[in-house]
Amino acid sequence: MAGGPAAGGGASSSTFAGIRHWLLLPSWLVIGFFLLLPVLLMLVYSFLTKDFRGGVIWEFSLAAYDQFIFDRGLFGDEPPTIEWIYIQIFWRSIWQALLATILCLVIGFPTAYFIATRPQNTRMLWLFLITVPYWVNLLIRTVSMKFLIRDNGPLNEWFLAAGLLDSPIRMINTDFAVQLGLFYSYLPFMVLPIYASVERYNFALSEAAADLYADRWTALRLVVIPAVSPGIIAGCILVFVPSLGAFLAPDLLGGAKNFMIGSLIEEQFKGNAGNWPFGAAASMILLTMVLIVLMIYARQQARGEREGR
Amino acid sequence: MRKFLKLGAAALALTMVSGGMAQAQEKLSIYHWFEYIPQELLDKFSEETGIEVTMDTFDSNEAMLANLKAGSLGSYDVAVPGDYMVEIMINEGMLDTFESSELSNFGNIQPQWVDVPFDPGRKHSIPYQWGSTSFSVNRDDFGGDINTTSILFDPPADLQGKINMLDSQGEVLTMASLHLGIPQCSQDREQLKALDELLQGAKPHWASFNSDGAKDVLVSGDAAVGMIWNGFSAKARAEGANIEYAYPKEGYLVWMDNVVLLKDAPNRANALKFMDFLLEPENAAAVTNYARYTAGVNGVDEFLDPELKTSPEQSPPADAPAGVFVAVCDEATQSVYDSIWTRLKK
Repeated sequence: MAGGPAAGGGASSSTFAGIRHWLLLPSWLVIGFFLLLPVLLMLVYSFLTKDFRGGVIWEFSLAAYDQFIFDRGLFGDEPPTIEWIYIQIFWRSIWQALLATILCLVIGFPTAYFIATRPQNTRMLWLFLITVPYWVNLLIRTVSMKFLIRDNGPLNEWFLAAGLLDSPIRMINTDFAVQLGLFYSYLPFMVLPIYASVERYNFALSEAAADLYADRWTALRLVVIPAVSPGIIAGCILVFVPSLGAFLAPDLLGGAKNFMIGSLIEEQFKGNAGNWPFGAAASMILLTMVLIVLMIYARQQARGEREGR
Repeated sequence: MRKFLKLGAAALALTMVSGGMAQAQEKLSIYHWFEYIPQELLDKFSEETGIEVTMDTFDSNEAMLANLKAGSLGSYDVAVPGDYMVEIMINEGMLDTFESSELSNFGNIQPQWVDVPFDPGRKHSIPYQWGSTSFSVNRDDFGGDINTTSILFDPPADLQGKINMLDSQGEVLTMASLHLGIPQCSQDREQLKALDELLQGAKPHWASFNSDGAKDVLVSGDAAVGMIWNGFSAKARAEGANIEYAYPKEGYLVWMDNVVLLKDAPNRANALKFMDFLLEPENAAAVTNYARYTAGVNGVDEFLDPELKTSPEQSPPADAPAGVFVAVCDEATQSVYDSIWTRLKK
């Protein structure tokens, strides 16, 4: 990821050859100072000893990672067994993020396809309509969602008035609500990259497929989707990664009853626990997982480019 | 072009003037709870003293401690921690001291709040507001006896799945200890295991953990029972919730928020002026009228809203026990508490 700006430089242009490195310097400084340095700091903290009530003691320790992996009972003196609590919390977050990604894809792909196949002059309007709600702050949108789905909120009132339900269904403080929140928060991140891909797609290829007796489903599966797959993959990553660390939707819509990765980490720094090394270690483990996903993506991309040429 | 130059010069002059003014302007930087001081009171302070006030807010004592520890100490003059947090901050060496003679209104502090266990003799802090933490029950949903902690930890069928708890380890674990009748910061293994089991058993009955929305869930009807601070409950009632604040026979919590003088305060003298200002009965009453808690200052009565004096959230029944402060546990017990809390929210 860090190589992005450097790789983007136009090698063919000799105008800036001499000062190219200097022109890139601001980007490197920003990335180094605001991205790499904090991550390095967290890496170091994760190997330090925790200080009571927050802070660290500058002594090397593996206690944070030990706490993540081993369960030593409530009082910390039983023989170690595998600690399932944190695995459970991570799995919950991964599962929620995966579901949100699939949901966004199922809704987002047809939406993007629809927009990209409108006449040129109306496309911008459709895109604009997709992005309008996102000019509002995420917190406000999440709280509004909470108002909509609460027990005596408009959605339930409507269901009751329409005679579809006898008593309100409980939506708030459930996993369903969290899903809804994540899906709603990140939908445009799925629609926009897919739209960009579909817009560039040459629809003559679909016609050619039809000429060769492919039905619409086959043409979609064998021609369209492979051609726009970079957009699909980019969309999936853009939805999956922030969903993984999300804590607004789980806290506000899910009732904060169960830790997600994000709230577990927050608790270590802001809560009573005050265990900074453990929070740092959990962040590092999360970061490693995200990097693995991104590396798989980079590999796929590289392979796709080799096959494409 | 010339026009531009003129404009530029004017703008430059303006920035210099305002920059110079900002230099001369006296400042005060406050780190405060959310929704806890009326803006009019801050404006009044600025008007009386000419001191420009800036304020940042926090939503839990622990969040405040973490932020100050992460490097904000030295950028704020005063903060408003709760009782146990004052003790922690003293132990951590994060507070500056002052002499009672430095505050002309020190004598206004009610005598019972001068020699408090968390700051004996008030060398670092003054009282801000005090109140209790218990829970409120919606009377449309439940007509029975609510003055028992069983409402939270072993709720009747009507209330199961409709309970909001404060998202705060200290308050929840202390309330649970009161329910079991075990001492706070117990080191007895059987008692700690019982505490763990109690919470594990009660969790399925709880709908959510929410502190800053503790009032809204009661007003909106999302929760029929909500663990809540008494002033917040009074506000919820004023906003139309048909709720009653409980004084459980097993006990409930009291707390006191305090204005503390932070170490390395950039404007120490202004901080003391602000503390003096808050000890004026009229100003302490303004906070009470807004926050609906109780001031620890003499002479506020004549400035209080009349309905506050008869507010049920401020008038425990005669047979109610006295509330208890949350105790500060040692590291060993605290680490067990942390485990219990993590297991509760796993």
